[in-house]
Amino acid sequence: MKTAPELLIVDDNPADVVLAREALAGSARHCQINSVGDGVEALAFLNRTGDYANRVRPDLVMLDLNLPKKDGLTVLAAVKADPDLRCIPVVIFSTSQLGGDITRSYKMGANCYVSKPGNLHDYFSAVKSIEEFWFGFASLPERGE
Amino acid sequence: MNPNEVDILLVDDSQDDIDLTLHALRAENLANSIFVARDGEEALDFLFCSGPHTQRSFDRPPKLVLLDLKLPKVDGMQVLKRVKSDARTKIIPVVLMTSSKEEQDLVIGYNLGANSYIQKPVDFDEFRKAVKLLGLYWLVVNLPPVATGKLKAAKQGQ
Repeated sequence: MKTAPELLIVDDNPADVVLAREALAGSARHCQINSVGDGVEALAFLNRTGDYANRVRPDLVMLDLNLPKKDGLTVLAAVKADPDLRCIPVVIFSTSQLGGDITRSYKMGANCYVSKPGNLHDYFSAVKSIEEFWFGFASLPERGE
Repeated sequence: MNPNEVDILLVDDSQDDIDLTLHALRAENLANSIFVARDGEEALDFLFCSGPHTQRSFDRPPKLVLLDLKLPKVDGMQVLKRVKSDARTKIIPVVLMTSSKEEQDLVIGYNLGANSYIQKPVDFDEFRKAVKLLGLYWLVVNLPPVATGKLKAAKQGQ
C-alpha cells in the first residue's frame, strides 16, 4: 500500500496553518501536514538539514510569497534550480492577486498559483481543491529517500 | 474563434480522447475556446505563433495546455522541452496527459517543467470525471499567468 502523501505548508501565519489542517482533517488520503514559518526553514526542511535531517521529503509544497528571512520567490527559485528538488510540485498560495506576482511565480517554475481567500468558507474550499487535485488525481514522482 | 482568445490548447492524436475531453469540458461550460492540435508540430506552431499561426501573439498565451506524450511528428516531451526552455512560453501551464504511468516519464516531465501530470483513466466515466476535475482546477481554482498584453494595458491605465 502507498504511504500517506506528505504536504509541506510554508506560511508565517500560524492561524492559516491551523485552518489548512482543519480543512484537510477529513481527507480520505490522510495526508500528513508539515509546516514551517519562514523561507530559511523551508529550504532546511526540503534539504533535510539541521533539525529536519530525519524528515521525509514532501510530495507537494504550498508556498506563501510573503515570508520572513527568505521570501517565497527566493525559495521557489532555489527549489526549481536544485536537481534533487525540482520535480516536487510547488503550489503558490498567496493573498496576492497581482498579475506581476502571478507571472513572476510561473516564470520561476511554480506549478500553479492559487489565491488565498480571505473568508473561511472559500479558504477551506481552496485548500481542499489543492489537496484533491494533487493527491487524489495527479501523478506525483515517487519520494526518493 | 479568435486565435488570440484560446483558453485551452488540447494536443492529442486520438479522436476518441479529443471527443471525450471536449464533451466533458462542454458539460462544465469550460469549452468556450479550445484549440485542438493533432500532432507535436502543430502544437509548437500554435504556441510559437509560427506556420499557420503567425497571426497569434505571444502576449495572449492559452491558460492551459493539455499535452499527450505520444504524438506524431514531434513527441510530447519535445514539445514540453521547447515550451519550458523559451522565456516567451515558459509561463504557460502545461499538464501532461498520458495513458501510461511510467515513473521515468513522470520525473522527466516534472524536471522539464511540466506543471502537472495526469494519467488518463481507461474507463469512460472516470475519464469524464477526470477531465471535469482537471478543467475546474486549472481554469477556476488556479490563477493562470496574466497575459502580458493585459498587464501592459493595466499599467497604462494606472
